[in-house]
Amino acid sequence: MISQPARKRLNIRMPALGGQGAVTAAHIIATAADYEGYYAVSNPFFGAEKRMAPAESYARIGIEPIYDRGEVVYPDIIMVFHHHVITMGKSYTMPFYSGIKRDGIIIINTDEELLKPEDYKKLESINVKVLNFPATKIAIDIAGTELSTNMAMIGVLFGATQIVGLPAIEEGIKSRFMKKFVASGGTASLDSALERKFKKKLELIEKNLNTAREAFNMALEWAKENGISPMLPPAPMKKQEPVQA
Amino acid sequence: MPEQKVVETDYLLLEAPRERKFITGSQAMAEAVKRANVDIAIAYPITPQSETMHLVGDLWAQGYLKDYYRAEEEYGAMSAIAGAVRGGARAFTATSGPGLLRGLEAIASWPGHRIPAVLGVLTRVVNAPLSIQPDNVEISYLMNCGMVVLHAENQQDVFDFTLASFAISEMVDVYLPIAVCTEGFFVTHAKGYVNMTPEDMKLPPRDPYKAPVPPTDCEIPPARIQRDAPVQKSNFMSYLIHQVWQQEVWSSNMRAMKYIYKYLNGPIEVINPDAEVFVAASGCAAAQAREAVRYAQMEGLNVGLLKIKSIVPFPSKEVRETLKNAKAIIVPEHNIVGWLAKEIKANIPNSDNVIGRPRVYGGMTLPVELIMDEIYAALGIKKDKTVLV
Repeated sequence: MISQPARKRLNIRMPALGGQGAVTAAHIIATAADYEGYYAVSNPFFGAEKRMAPAESYARIGIEPIYDRGEVVYPDIIMVFHHHVITMGKSYTMPFYSGIKRDGIIIINTDEELLKPEDYKKLESINVKVLNFPATKIAIDIAGTELSTNMAMIGVLFGATQIVGLPAIEEGIKSRFMKKFVASGGTASLDSALERKFKKKLELIEKNLNTAREAFNMALEWAKENGISPMLPPAPMKKQEPVQA
Repeated sequence: MPEQKVVETDYLLLEAPRERKFITGSQAMAEAVKRANVDIAIAYPITPQSETMHLVGDLWAQGYLKDYYRAEEEYGAMSAIAGAVRGGARAFTATSGPGLLRGLEAIASWPGHRIPAVLGVLTRVVNAPLSIQPDNVEISYLMNCGMVVLHAENQQDVFDFTLASFAISEMVDVYLPIAVCTEGFFVTHAKGYVNMTPEDMKLPPRDPYKAPVPPTDCEIPPARIQRDAPVQKSNFMSYLIHQVWQQEVWSSNMRAMKYIYKYLNGPIEVINPDAEVFVAASGCAAAQAREAVRYAQMEGLNVGLLKIKSIVPFPSKEVRETLKNAKAIIVPEHNIVGWLAKEIKANIPNSDNVIGRPRVYGGMTLPVELIMDEIYAALGIKKDKTVLV
């Protein structure tokens, strides 16, 4: 039996495919958690950056300083960005949920059921809840592009875990698109393509925020229906209120 | 770009106000370069790389650097750095894994040519088989060439070590290149907290005449020994010249230690000096060790951390003193050869107490649980498998 002390930290593992923005998502998640007043670390781990190849990124959020680095071997949360992670085994770990901790949550970007009854049996035995969430569909509906899938995934994470609120999420997203940081060298060219598509950067941010907000609210509702309480104690370093969008 | 004012080295490194930022390791290295009054950066964007030189290129575009260019390949980049530094410029470059080895012939000649450059080493796997993850075996290739080698644990160390290295490398009694190493991905691509000095302050410019050897004077060494190699005189002359010259290089290397004390708070950091069992580590493994020591202490175990910041010069005296009563010394590493464990064994009287585990390689993550297993084993504790964090 694996023993497990009281939760002081959320370890988040994000199996995705190259090009889906899981690395950007990790940075935004950690930045938003930092704005909220938690300790946070982001850690991308994407191998040879190829589109559609397995890519994974990680974020750690906690109430005390975090030294731990690298891949998350024992996640509290797994966010599956693409169905190929499950259906084609495009994952660093097999099964993709290996190492998931008791009382964890698995969020899958899908509009159909991908897990088998035996998966559910295993996961239910350690009280892990699964949320099938159509993030790409929501991104297309609201932002008009599947490129905003990662924004929906960020929203759904914080809605389900209830640790970071919408103002901090908005700060995280804005700090990315206002060029306070870049996720990778290739991101600059991706940005210019995105900008052409959306015409204006501000419009892009607004659409991304709306996508994240919608996903956040839907996931919050799901969490309440499933009796999930906030997954971490309150943030230890609450900052002044971030500026509203 | 803000107008930058020159401040005294000691003020910038030791006293200037600091502001906390949440940035990647690559950004931390570039932010240090921004404050270091660097004249020129030269790079070759080989794969694998980090964003560091890309970000330093941005600094040039903003006006922080006088010149920046892409070399023809790594050997050319490292040779050009030597030329720029000998010409009187303050120079920076960074590389990784295979790129480092391609440039190594030129890099290994820097100490003998008395080139005070700063080299960022963002470790990746050395082939083969090919992998591009943060194995740090490449640091072992740097340990015997005479350069100073520092190993940064996190983004804060990357900023502090890089900025201080520009000052230390140009000290007249040191005057050697410094490698600031850290793990790729785990530090370079990950965001962490960094307390940084104001961006409108920078180090004084390099004074190339404040040097133990004159710059660009072809009639006396070091330029003379390139133009007019001693081996052309006689074997006997070349032995003698090489001998005295390398003795001076290594003495200079040892003299870097006093500046490591002054600017980096010493070559080691110790938590719980009276510990029964120590976890001794450098770089990213020190972060994992720090986490393990925290959990061991929460369980009431008498475990301590010895973090080694300076790999060359190696803090022999300090390591011996710290470990003198240790029953066991666990050395976790991100490489297969265990270069740190070997170095520690060579420097303490009872090398049998060194446990060269856990080791991960190929760039694999080093889970804290693996270090805990070694701690339990060293203390004779039998335990069920535990998930810690």
